[in-house]
Amino acid sequence: MMRRVVIHTVLVCLLVASASTYAVDPTEMPTPELQRRYLGLTHELRCMQCQNEAISDSPVSLAADLRRQVREMLLAGKSDDDVRNYMVARYGDFILFRPRVAASTIWLWAAPGVLLLIGAAVAVRITKQRAALVAQDNEPVDEDIRSS
Amino acid sequence: MNRFILPLGIFALLAIVLAIGIKRSPEKGIIPSPLIGKAAPQFTLPVLADSSRTLSSADLKGRWYVFNVWGTWCYECRAEHEALLEIQKLAQVPIIGLDWKDEEPDAVRWLAELGNPYEVVAADREGRTAIDWGVYGAPETFLVDPQGVVVYKYVGAMTLEAWQTRFVPRLPPRRAAKS
Repeated sequence: MMRRVVIHTVLVCLLVASASTYAVDPTEMPTPELQRRYLGLTHELRCMQCQNEAISDSPVSLAADLRRQVREMLLAGKSDDDVRNYMVARYGDFILFRPRVAASTIWLWAAPGVLLLIGAAVAVRITKQRAALVAQDNEPVDEDIRSS
Repeated sequence: MNRFILPLGIFALLAIVLAIGIKRSPEKGIIPSPLIGKAAPQFTLPVLADSSRTLSSADLKGRWYVFNVWGTWCYECRAEHEALLEIQKLAQVPIIGLDWKDEEPDAVRWLAELGNPYEVVAADREGRTAIDWGVYGAPETFLVDPQGVVVYKYVGAMTLEAWQTRFVPRLPPRRAAKS
């Protein structure tokens, strides 16, 4: 019984491991450095057809075409920014999972800071109000007793 | 009274932000093209059904044209085909087709069966021209002016209504009046 459990566990592990080696994109670049940059770029470019997947993970044909474009540009000696600019010129900022700071995306970047400031202001106010309450509380009690 | 001002202000701000979101929601999912107002991408591609000829973007300069991206594998393209035929009959602007990542025999059969609204169709087998145009899902339809500038982009199946309300108003009055 125990042995069967062990064998099953091993088989399931093997299955999971083999699934992860079989990726959507089998592309191999000639050097480890290019491979690293290729993976980085294909993971930060959005598949416009599926919109919540990176082109590295998407099986649709447009994603494959865009991966081919990235590969060819890297092999031609283009920089990562060249590739990003190329994509943004055609598809707009939306293709970048990490949007740039621009007039149209400034709220996206500023919102967390603004929210944090609002939160901090609220926290300070509440703390001050409570401190004021405590101060009132600390006034001598017997005064009240005597006056009542 | 004073303590209501801040929450009320935050509520009003939130309401405004959400109202803008709701107002714009019909356009949600449609990603604005960065090509609007810019020169149409250049290309030279074989002509569908006549690969001895090529169509180049330079051939199209000097007149208005509609650039319609389609493929026989695309369901929505079948849905819009009737509308394209009607738009072609209006004869306001010629329709240039881009057959995107398609098989030549399929595309030729499609046009023979359903009718051909296109003045000419360029065949983009590898999908490179479609990338240059920022196409992310067929059908997509562009309007290009005589200077070769992209004036408008419509995503999804064309309809006669979309043509009348979104394309015709962007045409010069004389051309628009032809309908």
